[in-house]
Amino acid sequence: MNKTPKNKKLNLSFSRKSLAYPYVLFLIVFVVLPLVLILINAFVADGQLTFQNFIDFFSDGSGLTVLGNSLVIGFVTTLLCLVLGYPVAYFLSKYHASSKVLVLLFVLPMWVNFLIRTLSTKAIFLALDVELGMGTVVFGMVYNYLPFMILPLHTTLSSISNSYIEASEDLGADKLTVLIKTVLPLSVPGIISGITMTFIPAISTFAISELLSNRQIYLFGDSINMQFTTGQNFGVGSVMSLIMLVIVVLGNLLMNKFNKEGNTRSVL
Amino acid sequence: MKKTGRFFANTYLALILAILYLPILVLIVFSFANNSNFNFANGFSFEAYKQIFVGPKSAELMAAFKNTMILASVSSVLSTILGAFSTIGIFYLKKRAKNLTLTINQLPMINSEIVMAVALMVFFTAFGAIFPQGWTRLIIGHVSFCTPYVVLSILPRLQKMDPNMYEAALDLGSSPISAIFKVVFPYIVPGIVSGFVMAFTLSMDDFIITQINKGETGIETLSTYIYEDARLKSLEPFWFAVFSIIFVVVLTLLLVANVKGKKGDKTNA
Repeated sequence: MNKTPKNKKLNLSFSRKSLAYPYVLFLIVFVVLPLVLILINAFVADGQLTFQNFIDFFSDGSGLTVLGNSLVIGFVTTLLCLVLGYPVAYFLSKYHASSKVLVLLFVLPMWVNFLIRTLSTKAIFLALDVELGMGTVVFGMVYNYLPFMILPLHTTLSSISNSYIEASEDLGADKLTVLIKTVLPLSVPGIISGITMTFIPAISTFAISELLSNRQIYLFGDSINMQFTTGQNFGVGSVMSLIMLVIVVLGNLLMNKFNKEGNTRSVL
Repeated sequence: MKKTGRFFANTYLALILAILYLPILVLIVFSFANNSNFNFANGFSFEAYKQIFVGPKSAELMAAFKNTMILASVSSVLSTILGAFSTIGIFYLKKRAKNLTLTINQLPMINSEIVMAVALMVFFTAFGAIFPQGWTRLIIGHVSFCTPYVVLSILPRLQKMDPNMYEAALDLGSSPISAIFKVVFPYIVPGIVSGFVMAFTLSMDDFIITQINKGETGIETLSTYIYEDARLKSLEPFWFAVFSIIFVVVLTLLLVANVKGKKGDKTNA
């Protein structure tokens, strides 16, 4: 008599867990395995285990130039987004804390397909006779990624308790000191999230720079795409994907370290 | 002093908003000009809109629209079903297995899209006999990046659920399976709905995964067709009209959904 409920319990806890197994299998096959194949491909050339692909990539000037260009453009884009986006997030949380719609307006454009927004800006640049090049690429990137910076910054800034600000004011800090010594340090997790969410897509974006520079400037994402599609060079393409993966992992480790409660990614 | 600060803040916010929306507004205005030169030399007309339906490219455009809708519907339904069941399972996994699964679940979200896309392509090429080019690859690809969002929109609901509810159903004589269907499922419905909407939107919006994995079967979605058609030349007038429609539909839907959602939240609270 005593045995049956125990058995029942064992049995049912198994049945609930087992609901996860199909998806675990799906993840292993369609997420983990493809990335493992990239890892293997990076170390295989002509059917042999070698570092040749790495040597090919690092000795070829054009690949490194693209990586360098991407890092510079990614850095400039992220910096501009931070400089432009921080005041937006700060003012929104300070003066419009109750207005959800206003915040929404700043985030909405990211739900319109990026190709559509990029092609629209391109058409306008062409109509205004603006020469397509580095400037237009950076504009397009900032235009595209600004909402990704504003969102995590706003989440963090609006969660800072007002009592911290009042406390530093009571202790004699003027407005600027409050901003620099109280608000800014408390918003570091948001800044890190914003930087990661802007920098990673910015360096690996595909098509924005191509479209806005009339195919003069290619970034890392375009380059990876070309290695795998037109170039059919899976080895070097895999090396580039691995470099990208390392940047992603580093970015996210950094983000997790600063942002324990996290979840600023859940958009809207 | 306080007033000037607020004035400065609002001016700045208005300026950034203007920059964010200016390209969109300009495009909508000139969608009625029926030329690509941003002037009204041809007068005001709905010609560009007419071209969507009767123009030389309307058949391709409509096919791309249809493909986008089919792909988004199938992938979002599949991701929602897969996500809903698996989230319940994941929730009851042991701590280590749970953390590991959730970390892998996050991979498609945090990883650079182009890397996920080429990794899938390499995988599909390696196992080409099992995964034929075309819809199979596209649907698997879309389910793989949509399901993580479904899982993450359901999980918080489960975490809020009182564990005694499930136990109570068992004590009242329900079998584990019917307890899951009759007690747990109804409780997580809001998470399932928002996960579905998220999956549908993401699938519809996708460009990179589709572009890399569509192969040579000639399946184009709206975004890949836009890319193919507008990459090398200037935008034809009918694209102005298409973009304007998409802008208006997407922005209205999101505004309405969010304002309504916020109201719903308030009544709940």
